[in-house]
Amino acid sequence: MNDGNITESGALEALRGRLEATRGRQYWRSLESLAETAEFKEFLHREFPHNASEWLDPVGRRGFLKLMGASLALAGVSACTRQPDEEIVPYVRQPEEEVPGKPLFFATAMPMNGAGIGLLVESHEGRPTKVEGNPDHPSSRGATDLFAQASILGLYDPDRSRNITNLGDIRPFSAFATALQDPLRAQEATQGAGIRILTETVASPTLGAQMREFLMRFPQAKWVQWDSTGRHNARAGSQLAFGEYVDAQYAIDKADVILSLDADFLCTGASGVRYSRAFASRRRLEGNQAQLNRLYAVECDPTNTGSRADHRLPLKASEIEAVARAVASRVGVAGAGDAAVPQAAMRWIDPLVRDLQASRGRSLVIAGDGQPAVVHALAHAMNDALGNVGATVTYTQTAEVQPMDQRAALQTLANDMNAGTVSLLVIIGGNPAYSAPVDLKFADAMQKVALRVHVGLYEDETAALCHWHISQAHYLESWSDVRADDGTATIIQPLIAPLYGGKSAHEVMAALSGAGERPGYDLVRAYWSSPGAASGTGRVNASPPPATAATAPAAAGAAAAPAAGGARPAATAAPAAGGARPAAAAAPAAAPAAAAAPATPVSAAAAQFDRQWRQWLHDGVVPNTAFTPKTVAVRANFAAQTAPRAAVQGLEVVFRPDPTVHDGRFTNNAWLQELPKSLTKLTWDNAALISPGTADRLRLISGDVVELKQGGRTLRIAVWLAPGQAPDTLTLHLGYGRTRAGRAGNNTGFNVNALRAFEAQDILQGVELTKTGESYELACTQDHWSLEGRNLVRVATKTQYDADPAFAQKLEEGEGKPLSMYWQPYKYDGYAWGMTIDQNVCTGCNSCVVACVAENNVPVVGKPQVMNGREMHWLRVDRYYTGDIENPDTYHQPMPCQQCENASCEVVCPVAATSHSDEGLNDMVYNRCVGTRYCSNNCPYKVRRFNFLLYQDWDTQSLWPLRNPDVTVRSRGVMEKCTYCVQRISQARIAAKLDDRQIRDGEILTACQAACPTDAIVFGNINDPGSQVAKLKASPRNYTLLNELNNRPRTSYLALVRNPNTALEPAQPATDGEAR
Amino acid sequence: MPQIFRRSANTLSKVSIFGLLSLVGGLILLAIVLSRSSYVTRQQIFVEQPLQFSHMHHVTDDGIDCRYCHTSVETSSFAGIPPTKTCMNCHSVLFANAAFLEPVRASFRDNRPLHWVRVHDLPDFVYFNHSIHIKKGVGCETCHGRIDQMPLTYQQNSLLMEWCIDCHKNPAPNLRPRDQVTTMGYRPAKDQAELGPELVKAYNVNPPISCSTCHR
Repeated sequence: MNDGNITESGALEALRGRLEATRGRQYWRSLESLAETAEFKEFLHREFPHNASEWLDPVGRRGFLKLMGASLALAGVSACTRQPDEEIVPYVRQPEEEVPGKPLFFATAMPMNGAGIGLLVESHEGRPTKVEGNPDHPSSRGATDLFAQASILGLYDPDRSRNITNLGDIRPFSAFATALQDPLRAQEATQGAGIRILTETVASPTLGAQMREFLMRFPQAKWVQWDSTGRHNARAGSQLAFGEYVDAQYAIDKADVILSLDADFLCTGASGVRYSRAFASRRRLEGNQAQLNRLYAVECDPTNTGSRADHRLPLKASEIEAVARAVASRVGVAGAGDAAVPQAAMRWIDPLVRDLQASRGRSLVIAGDGQPAVVHALAHAMNDALGNVGATVTYTQTAEVQPMDQRAALQTLANDMNAGTVSLLVIIGGNPAYSAPVDLKFADAMQKVALRVHVGLYEDETAALCHWHISQAHYLESWSDVRADDGTATIIQPLIAPLYGGKSAHEVMAALSGAGERPGYDLVRAYWSSPGAASGTGRVNASPPPATAATAPAAAGAAAAPAAGGARPAATAAPAAGGARPAAAAAPAAAPAAAAAPATPVSAAAAQFDRQWRQWLHDGVVPNTAFTPKTVAVRANFAAQTAPRAAVQGLEVVFRPDPTVHDGRFTNNAWLQELPKSLTKLTWDNAALISPGTADRLRLISGDVVELKQGGRTLRIAVWLAPGQAPDTLTLHLGYGRTRAGRAGNNTGFNVNALRAFEAQDILQGVELTKTGESYELACTQDHWSLEGRNLVRVATKTQYDADPAFAQKLEEGEGKPLSMYWQPYKYDGYAWGMTIDQNVCTGCNSCVVACVAENNVPVVGKPQVMNGREMHWLRVDRYYTGDIENPDTYHQPMPCQQCENASCEVVCPVAATSHSDEGLNDMVYNRCVGTRYCSNNCPYKVRRFNFLLYQDWDTQSLWPLRNPDVTVRSRGVMEKCTYCVQRISQARIAAKLDDRQIRDGEILTACQAACPTDAIVFGNINDPGSQVAKLKASPRNYTLLNELNNRPRTSYLALVRNPNTALEPAQPATDGEAR
Repeated sequence: MPQIFRRSANTLSKVSIFGLLSLVGGLILLAIVLSRSSYVTRQQIFVEQPLQFSHMHHVTDDGIDCRYCHTSVETSSFAGIPPTKTCMNCHSVLFANAAFLEPVRASFRDNRPLHWVRVHDLPDFVYFNHSIHIKKGVGCETCHGRIDQMPLTYQQNSLLMEWCIDCHKNPAPNLRPRDQVTTMGYRPAKDQAELGPELVKAYNVNPPISCSTCHR
């Protein structure tokens, strides 16, 4: 949105002046709103941006009357349409456990970046529709991140590769398997010296075993793993500190003081969900909360973790090492040296060190993946020196099967290809032609390989350069396995047969090994039935399991073979009633085991394994596979041996995975593209984030296109002013500017890989910036749906809270007591649904928004429509700033429909399309709605969304099975909004009535609540005093938004309580919370 | 000065004014009548099926209970259309060679499902749940009519919203004991005016009539 940019340079001074002039705290959403520019005011006072809601066609009164007359005359006719005939197509043989109309849940896991997250996937008559977390899985505990939520759209993506092709011709898989036998045989003479297999980071034990087996046949072949956003620095740091590869496992719930060195540990990486939950457990104030934790964050760009920090220090990424060294030497790490600490950090160091030392054994230092190895090693050494090892941090072997120096491996591969020593390159997953460091010229080097094979979900940039392209099976279509970050293994079971006949990595590797077309099921099962696979925690290094030797019981294989209507995995989780988090352990499907038992006698061991296997599939975890901590010693003096990074003047660029499309693997995922990034609120694009101060100095405003130049490489990119960005630092997000992503992802954003060199994959120094004078329109939602000031966010420090726990309620602007024009207000006798949102634990991770989109069939509108303010998300996360523009405190406020008891929307609807239910919901009846939009106009919370156009894609067939059959698919001209997931309420109500009981507390989880890693969202019956939501509503922190309007919303918020260090932030009087 | 309008213009104007009004009124009436007509609601309209399946034969002649085929009616929103396997349970033996059953055998043989035409077709924005109605003592017959007398199945009732709401507001006349739910031609043991309220109490029948009960 460019409607409200600060249009004059130098306006920053005025902003600062305005901030200083305000009494108390002011909360703002964007620099434009803070500046109160004329454009912003106009934007605010219009419901929709200029020209978005006007009749602009040159049609006069006559034309209007003609149209209106025709519409009126035909209005009645539209109701007379006869429904088209519909068919019912029953099964021929109905699968066991299948009850038409009732979903089943299957446990599986999503692999990404070398670890997996455990999931339960909802399946309606064989088609997966929604991803939930697996409560039994340690990295999920029932919640998910946004990528897992969005992955279901990836399965049905119409742009997925549909064929196996050789030079563009469609071929069967058997042709591929045959075609590769000759080149492979030719390689046998040289022991495979010309073979290279390039994969992403592999955390699948089966694939690891297959790789080792392949390498036994071809000892000179090389297996290269590479992820453009992999944890390379963490691996190198572990080598530096310990001399071996280990994973650090943080017990964040046990830490009182946490120092994050550029680490977004809450929302990035495979452990994000687990760590968020642990972090939140120390941020709750209800119940027996012993002590709030305190988080210090030193970081170069605004992150979700930084937004939850009690003290946040924006520093150039290259300066963070100096801070790490300074803190390390003060807590007693030998040889850390004392580099010149940046001015801004001076006053920080001593209070921080005192705080860390006061919490010995209860503190934690975490280094971010974007920081160099030495910072990681220093963090390990600091944890060691602070006595945290064994208490808040333990070390285990890595979840990835074969840790390696991935960067060096990729470079060697590129060199080998250039030297002509590679004759067969097999790329399984990943897109190196797009994402490899630009100076490796990977795409050019690839062309020197005689035979190139690409296995991937899309015919992407890499596939275009390969002779063979094998369409890969999505993780929801294939058998596989994966380890979670803590080592727990999960068997990945398919929810549906491959839509386009895709092949899994296992099947491709089996074909390369000469095993032909072995189904993935056999391969995975054979691995796990091999001795030692499931016992203990050891990596199967020594004895490669007989992946091809063992034969799986044929009958079991047949039972698991996908049927035409959809795969029927062997075990099912208990079908859940309503929206309740499915209890996976409730009904082990033992019955199919008997059905699958082969006629020939099987050994007791095989039967035993079969039972075990079914249990693993059912539970979604293989028990006792979590790693046991291992003892590692920090090498002495490593820090002294590494020279401190020299300071380089000038601008600095950091490369980060994008918060929504990650490294580019989700670029064609329209849900993620349209998801406003949690801190910038940008959609459909990336931009160079720049601090307002630096932008002011360089005379830049948001949307200006600049040219970045370094080492002969250039990049043109739009800038975006990001409060909280470190000065002289530009953050560039990866994953955009792709050319062969698909219809949603092509030509969105800027390809920052153009600037990402091998030596500077995280931090690039000495960058020249020139203003081009052009500008670029970015679709940003930060000023959409503004609630215009008022006390929306309420914050106190711990001291203030202790003095006055009900501080938030004292900030009400209204009368304080509910008004009613009736002498007796309506009484809700039965259930009364309500929700609380604890802002103190919300990290703004956006999982809830994607979960809502997936559950409620929310359409995607595209960038031009987002710029018109027409995005359809039922749930948005408002982000508020307060304080210094260069380093503001940042707060997240999820905003679903508030379900007001005195709802402003209901009274203005001329056709009663929105009305009140006896359980207190604002019902929205799409088939009644005539689209006057009065309700949206009158809604003070701005949570209603109107289908200006036919946003639902009704024509693309591959998207049909994606839709939730329990929610109406809306058409054009209809208003819609959050319903508190009324379909889940209905299901639970009916389930309870069938059992002659009341709905239990916690039985209904709204989609947002189920996805939330921190349990910030709690839903339930507020008439039940024992319910969790009623208890939270009784908390002194509980308040409702815009209470003075007397809308009596059912959604309420729990106020924020910060826990600052008084040495850094002197205690302020309690009145400080008062705004304006 | 001559008259501009002749005398007949009076009549003409009256006719055209009232004619126009009645035309508009008639159109509106037509729309109302049409939207409630069986052309739109499909009430009482026979639907041609791919197979001459007779409920009358299976229920009246054979005495098969509804739930033998509609297995999920007590547990799910959808009553369930039997898989071909269910047909073959009997028809692998009975009428095993009958020509008109060839589509069933072909379906079973080739693993290709039968395509039935839906008779009771609610709009896609309406969510109906069978299980709860069975639980509360609404008989199959109450909505679907005398299935046991239908050689070819048709829709007995209009399925208009007012028809649903009528019962949700006053369920007592339509309730029967749970053990009689699948009975066809059910006669209440005592006066329904007495039995109905008793069942309302016994089964705790309190049907919600909020919009979101059915629309979501």
